[in-house]
Amino acid sequence: MTRAAAAILRKDLLIEVRTKQSVPAMALFSVTAFVLFHFGLDRDRLDGELASGVLWVTLLLATVLAVNRLFAHEREQGGLDGLLLAPIDRTAVFVAKAVALYLYLVLLELVAIPAYAILLLGPSPVDQLPALIAVLALANLGLATVGALVAALAAEARARDLLVPLLLLPLLTPVLIAAARATEPLFAVHPETGELGKWAGVLGLYDLVFVLLSVAVFDFLLED
Amino acid sequence: MLYGKRLAPLAFTAAALFALALGLIFFYAPLDADQGFMQKIFYLHVPMAIVALCGFVAGAIMAIQHLRTGLRQWDVRSYVAIHLSIILGLGVLVTGSIWARASWGHWWLWDEPMLVSFLIIFLLYCCYQPLRFSIEDPERQGRYASVFAITAGAFVPVNFIAVRLAEQYTHPRVLSETGGNLPGEMRLTFLVSLVAMASLFVTLWKVELTSKNASDQLRKLRRRLEGAEAGADDEGPEPPIADPEPVGAMR
Repeated sequence: MTRAAAAILRKDLLIEVRTKQSVPAMALFSVTAFVLFHFGLDRDRLDGELASGVLWVTLLLATVLAVNRLFAHEREQGGLDGLLLAPIDRTAVFVAKAVALYLYLVLLELVAIPAYAILLLGPSPVDQLPALIAVLALANLGLATVGALVAALAAEARARDLLVPLLLLPLLTPVLIAAARATEPLFAVHPETGELGKWAGVLGLYDLVFVLLSVAVFDFLLED
Repeated sequence: MLYGKRLAPLAFTAAALFALALGLIFFYAPLDADQGFMQKIFYLHVPMAIVALCGFVAGAIMAIQHLRTGLRQWDVRSYVAIHLSIILGLGVLVTGSIWARASWGHWWLWDEPMLVSFLIIFLLYCCYQPLRFSIEDPERQGRYASVFAITAGAFVPVNFIAVRLAEQYTHPRVLSETGGNLPGEMRLTFLVSLVAMASLFVTLWKVELTSKNASDQLRKLRRRLEGAEAGADDEGPEPPIADPEPVGAMR
C-alpha cells in the first residue's frame, strides 16, 4: 500500500510541479485575502483574536481551492478508471491525496505566514514559531484529511465546484475554532501560550476521528 | 403489500401524545418564575432539537447498514430520517431564535453553544440533498449519500465538543437546560413532549417510507405493463404482473 500511495503521490506532485496550478493559486489567493482584510477591516496591523481569525479564515478558504482541484486530473482525463483498474488498495489513493494536500498546505503556509507577518500582523511571530508550527501541523492534518474526503465525495457530483465549499467549510468549523483559539494568544501584543494544550487536544481529537473515519469510508467512494 | 399496516395506530398514538403534551404544556406545567409564559416554548424547542439530533445519528447508523449490506432499503431509510431531521432542524433554529428574543432580547446569541453548534450542523446537512441529487447514477448516489451521512454523523459530537469548549472560555455553563434541576411537573411535561415529538418523527418517517415504496412499486408495475404491451419482456426473471407481492418488500 505504501508503494502504491507513494507512486500516486509522486505523480500528483510531478503534475503540480509541471503545471503549477494549486499551490501558486492558493498563495496568490491568501495574499489577496490579506489585502481585502486590510481594506475590509480598515486596519493596518492586526493582533490577538482578529489576527488569528483572519489568518485561519484565509487558510481555510485557500484550502477550498486546492480541494476543488484535488481530483481534477483524474476526472478530466479518465485517470481514475486507470487507478481503479490497478490492483491496489483504495486506501492508498486516499493516503496519497491527503498527503499531497498536506504538502500543498505546508507550501502555502511557507508563503502565506511570512506574507501575513509583513503585511498585516502586528506582533512578530518569530518568537512564537515553535507553538505556531505545532498548531499548523495539527490543523493541516485535519484540513488535509477532510479535504481529501470531501474532494472524493464531490468528485462525481455535477455541481462539485459549489458543493466543495458548502460541504467543507462547516466540516472544518471545529478546526477553525480550535486553531484560531490556539493562535490567538500567540499573536497577542504580549504573547503567551494560553490554553495551547487544550486546543491542541481538540485538534488532535478531530484529526483522529476523521483519519479513522476517512480510511473506513473512502473505499465506498471508489467502488466501481 | 400493505406497507402502512401499523401506520394508522401509530399516527393516532402520535396525535394523542401530542394533544396530551399540549394540554400539559398549557394547563399543567407551572409558569416559569422569571421567563413566564414564554418559557413554554422550551417544551417544543428542546424535544425538537433532541429528536432532530437523534434523527441525524440514526441516519448515520442506517447509512452504515446500507454500506455494510448493500441493500437499497437502508439508504432510503437513512435518506428519509435525514430529510425529516433537516425540517425539524429548521424548526429548532426558528423556535430557538424566538426564545432567545423573548428571554434575552436578541434574535441570536453566540454564547449559546447548543444553538451555535446546531446551526453549524444544520448548515452541513443542508448539503445532503444537493450532493445526493447531483449524482446521477442511482447506485452511486446511494453510496455517496451514505458516506456523507456517516461523516456528518461523526461530525455532530466532535462539533459539539469544539463549540462547547470555545464558549466555556468566557461563559462557564452547566448542562442544566435539559437536565436534572427541573421541578417535577415541568419534567413530566418535558418528557411527555419529548415522547410525543419522537413518535411524531417515527410516524412521519413511516409515512414517507410507505409513500416512497408505493411510488416505487407503481413505477415498477407501470414499466412492466409497458414492457408487456410492447411485447418485449425486458424485466428479466421477475414474477408476472398478476402477482401483487413485491420481490423485496422495501424496494
